[in-house]
Amino acid sequence: MMKQWTHIPEPEEQLPDAATERGLLMWLSSVDHKQLGIMYLLASLLFFLLGGLLVLFMRTQLAIAENDFLSPEVYNQFFTMHGTTMIFFVLTPAFLGMGVYLVPLMIGANEMAFPRLNAFSFWMALFGGLLLYFSFLTEGAPDAGWFNYAPLNESNYSTEGIHYYCMGLLLGGIGTVGTAINLIVTILHMRVPGMGYRQMPLFVWMMLVTAFLILAAFPSLNAALAMLLLDRLLHAHFFVTANGGSALLWQHLFWLFGHPEVYILILPAFGIFSEVFQVFSRKPIFGYGFVVASGIAIALLAFGVWVHHMFTTGLGNTVNAFFAASSLLIGVPTGVKIFNWLGTMYKGSIRLSVSMLFAVAFLIEFTIGGLSGISFAIVPIDWQLTDSYYVVAHLHFVFVGGSLFGVFSGLFYWFPKMSGRMLSERLGRWFFWLFVIGFNLTFLIQHVLGMMGMPRRVYTYPQLPYFTLFNFLSTAGAFIMALAVLTLLYNIWRSLRKGEPAGADPWDAYTLEWHAAAPPLLKNFERLPPVRSARPLFDLKHPEQADWKKQEG
Amino acid sequence: MKSRLMMKLFIGSEAFFFLSLIVAYLYFWRSAHFTQEALHYLNVKLSGVYTALLLLSSGSLVLAENRQRKRAWRSAHFWLAITIVLGCIFIAGQAHEYLTLISEDLTLGSSEFGSGFFTLTGFHGLHVVAGLVLLAILLGLLLKGHLKKEDALRTAGMYWHFVDAVWLCVFTLIYVLPHYLSL
Ligand SMILES: [Cu+2]
Repeated sequence: MMKQWTHIPEPEEQLPDAATERGLLMWLSSVDHKQLGIMYLLASLLFFLLGGLLVLFMRTQLAIAENDFLSPEVYNQFFTMHGTTMIFFVLTPAFLGMGVYLVPLMIGANEMAFPRLNAFSFWMALFGGLLLYFSFLTEGAPDAGWFNYAPLNESNYSTEGIHYYCMGLLLGGIGTVGTAINLIVTILHMRVPGMGYRQMPLFVWMMLVTAFLILAAFPSLNAALAMLLLDRLLHAHFFVTANGGSALLWQHLFWLFGHPEVYILILPAFGIFSEVFQVFSRKPIFGYGFVVASGIAIALLAFGVWVHHMFTTGLGNTVNAFFAASSLLIGVPTGVKIFNWLGTMYKGSIRLSVSMLFAVAFLIEFTIGGLSGISFAIVPIDWQLTDSYYVVAHLHFVFVGGSLFGVFSGLFYWFPKMSGRMLSERLGRWFFWLFVIGFNLTFLIQHVLGMMGMPRRVYTYPQLPYFTLFNFLSTAGAFIMALAVLTLLYNIWRSLRKGEPAGADPWDAYTLEWHAAAPPLLKNFERLPPVRSARPLFDLKHPEQADWKKQEG
Repeated sequence: MKSRLMMKLFIGSEAFFFLSLIVAYLYFWRSAHFTQEALHYLNVKLSGVYTALLLLSSGSLVLAENRQRKRAWRSAHFWLAITIVLGCIFIAGQAHEYLTLISEDLTLGSSEFGSGFFTLTGFHGLHVVAGLVLLAILLGLLLKGHLKKEDALRTAGMYWHFVDAVWLCVFTLIYVLPHYLSL
């Protein structure tokens, strides 16, 4: 029986509709998932520029030995704000923004399940970030590192800024949980008829898994933040070691959140790459089921490895051995995914667009980051290298080479859909090469610095053999990355002004979002083709070779 | 459907939040050995009465949901109002208990027991207050005849029952267990 096109009805309830209004007010009052998604991305960009500016100051300070460009106090505030910003207010909103924008489009829905909750969540997160930056206007910004260890985070050792850290992250956390709930309900309840779980785009799958991770991980951070605020404001005893509090409890609660958070920031990138590899290799994903299953496996394992951040706290060999084993285990599902993507590219006709370039670079950089990560699961190596620049190098290889490359890849892939205009591929290549060269220059060498014994989070270093040379190269890399970001900004600005019109489906892609207009109208879809495989648009364009025919035959 | 799934997910997330606080409480019970302190300060019988009232409020809310489904508006109003009154009594009881304890110099800052006790019961109390606001809004809508869909009351009910269940765990942990074991 031939399946019919599906008409997508209007939402049953009329929502506050700002379509008739123009200008800024329309954005402020909007509950439209596309506008909110773009606002999420703009917020992410704003904080990315701020967090990047901080790091340029830091790398300038570190460019030569015994420099006094930044004072130790300011340096402490800058590295704390850099890490906190990039994790909570850049990568998180970037992926949530893409999720909020794309998930309804990819599953053939016209809205999120709860549009008002969507707006609420976004504004909470934005004001959380602004509150965090407000701390610069007070006595000082937070200065205890992004993981804010006790008892350093208590009043007598740190600035007032820690209050803002707690409140900002609490607000951001509430917003993040709200969006996660919204995404799950949307994905479970609003898919177009015909789209079962096996027909869901992999980006949607990964956002679904991520959303569950958020629901389970953020509460322990929120609880820890609330307890810390009670300590600081009402003199409770939770983390004040002098009063019988426990510094270790903070670490447990924080990393019980913190390790899953790492996967909250990488699974969406996995989803993006899974789409990009398919479209730019002209092949369906190799091992759809394995991508999904390994994503779920990563999410489950995420809650059983947090102590690998605490190997040096003296929890004993038995505990360390258990968590070393579980951490090594996580390499398995991640490795499976790498082979899924390699298999997708294998014998494909590959188009090296900027989006695909970032995806290929990701495979290399993320593997390096994964390998240095696995080296940390081996307890004695961790004892030797913890709190050194080796850790800094590792975490940037996974956060930048993994998560941020995912954001860039997704940006170049979906920008034509969001704006209706193409980004310049030529400028994009400049951006890609400058960024990748700068990135590797900055961080590859930090592995060596770490092994040579350079501790992280110290504002300067003495005149030791090679220290100045390596640090100077690292700083040079940071400025090359900054230059790259300027070309990206110019590219976006140029494209918005006079970019080539994109049309609905510039990449000859496979999933439903490319069936909507570019940019999509307020109502995403009037009607949709039947969904009988994970590549409904491919089936539509090539009815003879449709995926579902192979599956049924 | 959608709103009930949303509430389930929210409750799941909240469960992890309370789990973290409970684990912290247990952690300090083990490190600070405050069994005697708990026995000294807490009145398990009085709190038991308030606990029973809170559990009764779950029952009255079920009745309210039931009446609403059968479109027996008057008795739906009645049972919902009873639920709110029982919840208010619980909060009043908690406020009274707090004032008594503070007058006996037990505060957040006085000891590990004080920190754990006020944080855990306090966050639970805040959740009860939020639930009361929610139920009061629903009662207002119901009285005005604006609440025709059954979903809203059932969804709010899920939250209310969850908060009750959390209290049962907290009550057992803080008030009852010190009588039977000493960490
Ligand atoms: Cu970890």
